[in-house]
Amino acid sequence: MSGEEIKKVFMILLEYLGPTLKIFGFTLLYSIPLGMIVALLKMCKFKPVSWLTNIYILIMRGTPLMLQIIVAYYAVPMLKQNENLPAFVQSILSGVNIQNENFMFNAVIVAFTLNYAAYFAEIFRGGIESIPKGQYEAAASLSMNKFQTFFHIILPQVVKRVVPASSNEIITLIKDTSLANVIAFAEITLKAKQQMQTYSSLTPLFIAGLFYFVLAMILTVISAAIEKKLDYYK
Amino acid sequence: MSMLEVRNLSKSFGSTEVLKDISFTVNKGEVWAIIGPSGSGKSTLLRCINQLEKASGGEINVCGKEMLIKNDNGKTVYAPSSVLRDIRLNIGLVFQNFNLFPHMNVLRNITEAPVRVLKKNRAEVEKVAMELLGKMGLADKAKSYPCELSGGQQQRVSIARALALQPEMLFFDEPTSALDPELTGEILKVIKDLAAEGMTMVIVTHEMGFARDVADHIIFMEGGVIADEGTPEELFGENASERTKQFLSRFKNN
Repeated sequence: MSGEEIKKVFMILLEYLGPTLKIFGFTLLYSIPLGMIVALLKMCKFKPVSWLTNIYILIMRGTPLMLQIIVAYYAVPMLKQNENLPAFVQSILSGVNIQNENFMFNAVIVAFTLNYAAYFAEIFRGGIESIPKGQYEAAASLSMNKFQTFFHIILPQVVKRVVPASSNEIITLIKDTSLANVIAFAEITLKAKQQMQTYSSLTPLFIAGLFYFVLAMILTVISAAIEKKLDYYK
Repeated sequence: MSMLEVRNLSKSFGSTEVLKDISFTVNKGEVWAIIGPSGSGKSTLLRCINQLEKASGGEINVCGKEMLIKNDNGKTVYAPSSVLRDIRLNIGLVFQNFNLFPHMNVLRNITEAPVRVLKKNRAEVEKVAMELLGKMGLADKAKSYPCELSGGQQQRVSIARALALQPEMLFFDEPTSALDPELTGEILKVIKDLAAEGMTMVIVTHEMGFARDVADHIIFMEGGVIADEGTPEELFGENASERTKQFLSRFKNN
């Protein structure tokens, strides 16, 4: 490929950095709070809730994200054709407009969010359970209620403990966004594949790789900075 | 005036009875020490009064408020949660392992509860906190984090933290057990000063000499029951029970 062509491919991929970052951003936005909720549900003392949560986590972690993306995208149109479903399921399905231009993106976000929330939940649960019992007892002896104890005493300490493991997940996520190409969602990897065919050259793939590499580097630097910032206490 | 009345208190973990028929009354300004071998139920007793453990039976009255009572059916029931919260504010607790909040500096550790729980003005609470720190000889550590302090300093901060809620009573659960021997003195001095100010205190301790010095009453616990009880003179004197003498002799020897 000529220098001119490489520049052209670079500009095309740069244009699709947006959709890649959109998957990344929205997944984080939804899966981190959801992960916290799932972690709390898994620790719920009412066993059926804990079991159901566990099954959800097992499925999400035990099956490929790529498969989950395919299911999320095709499930609604396929199920809509099935007339034997209960009425309430049909009414929910009819509420989803598969002609909507955002449908594909929404399906991607649903799959990514449900998948990443399961991973974050396990990280957060580990973090919460690692806080010594004495912290809860100290808060209780000072008459703090459950809400105050969780948000002011426990959670800030959990945040520090889960930052390293969460950074790992977040760096994995930026690379996992490429899986969205399986349902032909237009992002960097899909475009790089098209350009590879157009030019019969591997170079577009290397350029795509460079994009992910730079993004991963940026995230690594940010997470190191956050870890350093939280290092004011042991 | 009685500050704490415990009547026939019992506590079981599963089928293991760890407290049996414990009764005693602490009056205002008194200092009680609870001694006894490990596993005798000393800490569990303190934790039951502090609502960190649920008692299985008996009655507890704190500062005239019923915390645990036998209802008409003879069942042991706790007061409503608003009353329990009120009662808890009357008792400050100092832990063996300090349990300071590691992510907050010393000042914040002390001010957090008065500001959040009592909704007091932060500036006012900080003034009180600085006075308490001055009293503990730690005024220069207000901005330090717990990890930067020695064990003795951390324990003094935790005493200041408990005092910041202005409790009627202060409980200590083996306050010097996690400290190096050379650091126990500073904690014992703080407790003595508080006793001199008239603070009502219940102290679970292994420091026999200290218990003898500072306490008005000593409870000797063994196997979940009060095996012996009395003034230091009575327990450390010639007329104490054989078992008490035997237990105490182990401490005199080393």
